[in-house]
Amino acid sequence: MIEFHDASFAYDEDAAPVIAGADFVLDEGELTLVVGPTGSGKSTLLRCINGLVPHFSGGILHGRVVVDGRDTRTHRPRDLADVVGFVLQDPVSSFVTDTVEEELAYGMEALGVDATAMRRRVEETLDLLGLAEVRSRPLRTLSGGQQQRVAIGAVLASGPRILVLDEPTSALDPVAAEDVLASLHRLVHDLGLTVVVAEHRLERVIHHADRILLIEEGRVSPLLDPAAAMVTSPIYPPVIALGRHLGWSPLPLSVRDARRRARDLRLTLPDRAPDGVSTGLDHQGLGLDQRPRVCAVERLVVRRGGQPVLRGIDLAVHEGDVVAVMGRNGAGKSTLLASLVGQLAPASGTIRLGSPGTTLDPGRARPAEIVTRAGMVPQDPSSILYADSVADECTAADHDFHLAAGTTRAVLERIAPGVDDEQHPRELSEGQRLSLALALILASEPRLVLLDEPTRGLDYQAKHRLVALLRELATQGHAVLLATHDVELAAEVATRVVVLAEGEVVADGPAATVLAGSPAFAPQVAKILHPLHLLTVDEVIACTGAAS
Amino acid sequence: MIPVLHPTLPRLLHPAAWWVWGVGMAVAASRTTNPFLLLLVVAVVAWVVLERREVGTTNALAGFLVIGLIAIGLRIVMVSLLGGGVTGRVVLVRLPEVPLPDWTSGVRIGGPVTLEGLLFAVYQGMQLAAILACLGAVNALASPRRLLRYVPATLYEIGTAVVVALTFAPQLIEDAQRVRMARRLRGHSPRNPAEIGRIAVPVLVGALERSLDLAASMESRGYGRAVHRTARSTRLAGLLTLVGVGGVVVGLYGLLDATSPALLGIPTLALGAGCAVAALVVGARRDPRTHYRRDRWALPEWLVAASGAVPAAVMIVAGSRHWDGVVPQQVPAALPPVPLVLVAAIAVGAAAAVFAPVPPLLARTRAGAADPVTAPRELVQP
Repeated sequence: MIEFHDASFAYDEDAAPVIAGADFVLDEGELTLVVGPTGSGKSTLLRCINGLVPHFSGGILHGRVVVDGRDTRTHRPRDLADVVGFVLQDPVSSFVTDTVEEELAYGMEALGVDATAMRRRVEETLDLLGLAEVRSRPLRTLSGGQQQRVAIGAVLASGPRILVLDEPTSALDPVAAEDVLASLHRLVHDLGLTVVVAEHRLERVIHHADRILLIEEGRVSPLLDPAAAMVTSPIYPPVIALGRHLGWSPLPLSVRDARRRARDLRLTLPDRAPDGVSTGLDHQGLGLDQRPRVCAVERLVVRRGGQPVLRGIDLAVHEGDVVAVMGRNGAGKSTLLASLVGQLAPASGTIRLGSPGTTLDPGRARPAEIVTRAGMVPQDPSSILYADSVADECTAADHDFHLAAGTTRAVLERIAPGVDDEQHPRELSEGQRLSLALALILASEPRLVLLDEPTRGLDYQAKHRLVALLRELATQGHAVLLATHDVELAAEVATRVVVLAEGEVVADGPAATVLAGSPAFAPQVAKILHPLHLLTVDEVIACTGAAS
Repeated sequence: MIPVLHPTLPRLLHPAAWWVWGVGMAVAASRTTNPFLLLLVVAVVAWVVLERREVGTTNALAGFLVIGLIAIGLRIVMVSLLGGGVTGRVVLVRLPEVPLPDWTSGVRIGGPVTLEGLLFAVYQGMQLAAILACLGAVNALASPRRLLRYVPATLYEIGTAVVVALTFAPQLIEDAQRVRMARRLRGHSPRNPAEIGRIAVPVLVGALERSLDLAASMESRGYGRAVHRTARSTRLAGLLTLVGVGGVVVGLYGLLDATSPALLGIPTLALGAGCAVAALVVGARRDPRTHYRRDRWALPEWLVAASGAVPAAVMIVAGSRHWDGVVPQQVPAALPPVPLVLVAAIAVGAAAAVFAPVPPLLARTRAGAADPVTAPRELVQP
């Protein structure tokens, strides 16, 4: 279906190639996963398939890319629209119309499908992706998972034989992501579609994949079998890490396979008793904890657009805590973080930052007072970056926070060594940009560090560095509060997990208890080793070391 | 194929019908400076928006009303400072006057502020605000994107540009709010006016990136594909469209600006509309696109269009024959009369709220409100 004949692409004749040596043939009815670190050229490779590269992006493509017998050199993306459906990374920015039905029909209108067939196919697509309930809703009012499914349905409705998706689950909570991937799996198996997916969070997709393309600094591997690819891949999910550590062969890709292999392991491993109070709301114990408190929230109610988003939240965070706030899209995680730094005013209830005696109400304080107590890295780190170069950005931050010249640069050097001073913040890799934003926030030494979805777009290496950094912050006496969908990150770094649903706290306790006991938020290792309270491969390694 | 519709069944009205209605109301407003009639125009369009706006769509009316209020304020400031060419008798306050050389006769800065001058400014400002309110109402009732579906495929590039532009503006506002909030994280107070300059770059870059995404999405979904057109038909359609759009714009200006020559009004508008229709025909001849649930033009559409056309027609006649109360007298200041015929004519515009079918989601929400047990909960949310 898709043939790459020694294809390589560069933006300029003299520039280094973005992808090189892509030479493979994808068969019909297979789900191919493109695996590679951030900035390795995954998106570019995907965009080659429907001709967006080079027709839309500019640049020079060597070699040939043939899709269903059509050469992308002579066919523009719009000429391939009936064969290739392309789903962009951010569904919201790809919507052309206002409502679900119109969006589904848009592609077919452009292709000239006749009205009766179009009516029927819209209905079928609504059913296939479970969107019938929301068919006439405006697109902006849908949840993240629904928007992603509309974006898939919108290209699927025109009946392409190939579906290309760029990070389809990066913005979704674990359950919504599973929904979307299950839909994809069904399309491949029931309809025989050819699907190509790029995804960072391999733990979510690897067991759906039939074939894998590894890509590193633009070099594209030949087509690989998933289990074989994972033996050498520089990027791998926890289930593979566990298998590699224990020397399993062939490597199990799914939790189910790994669980079968781990039968003996579960018997030999000693269970780690969950520390602290088992579950429930009593753990937050205002005042029970001896460590100094950095933030206390009582009966917090926050409204957005007239609707209560948070309904009576109680939360206390102490020095050394790393708290992961989890919950489905729209549960109120970002709202909680935003109100902690005074971006949103509470409708009722209180927020106090700082230890008792020197508390501050962020809703009333000036921003300059808040930043020394609570600093937040927003979901999109570039929204707090304004300067033209890294050096300027650091100087501006020193000035903003009235610090000695060079303080911010020193913090940046510590958390991400070797960032080029002259580079434009927008040209940095996702991980470096996050580090820069974090350095700006950490420079004023806030006691409470807030992170909103820090791992979106980060590969495993960048995530590892982030985990190490957050742990270090906690040992230095900072408290960290992070809102995340990434259960593996929460398992790695969190000491405590708070689960929100419909704006209320439904679980608050030690990470091992809350995560291991939840079907939606359990990390892979916990699922494999259930009922043991082990969350990460490192913990397993520590335990096996102790047992032997 | 096309099922016969009961006129009261919930559905969306044809966007063109709303635009005819809205432009009709705007024309009516443009012909008078009587504050009572202008207030009535605003009240009528606001009521229709309240009654017939689909749930979940942006209410553009509120934004346009704010811009209208700003326009009134600006007008008052300008007239107070520069004088408005109205020599009044009742001097309210005397501002210090800046002496200007003789050759600038007629222009002054500062000086006496008269009641008549102020009222003149308020009336003129209100007229502009009422016209803006009509446009805001149309935007709230019928999304411009729905109208865009009727743009012929020959105008591929223009279509893409307009869709991107329509998405660009609201996203720009959203981004600006987000970045402004983010500035707080670096210890800046968002009220500082110097902030605007600093946030401009991240906001513009973000919005541009998303616009590119949108264009890529339209491209990869086949927009503008397979238009088998010859260079000649493209040129013809392009020319017709340019003349058509130009004609419509100039014609509308002529209609809305009561002081421009009559030739600039309806005749130019008709010529422009004719060219635009011709362009559509030339374009549509080879347009392979099809339409999903094409909006139908049925009885409610005629009635809504008519209920906008009636106020416009009556006000144009009243204006050209200088009926009492259309343009209230300036000197001396007096309470403007309220001519009942004109009130009745403008009130006809409110009939649109009855003639137009209820939009589907609004109908369901209302049914739900009446019967809370079966109310679909998520529909009530914005």
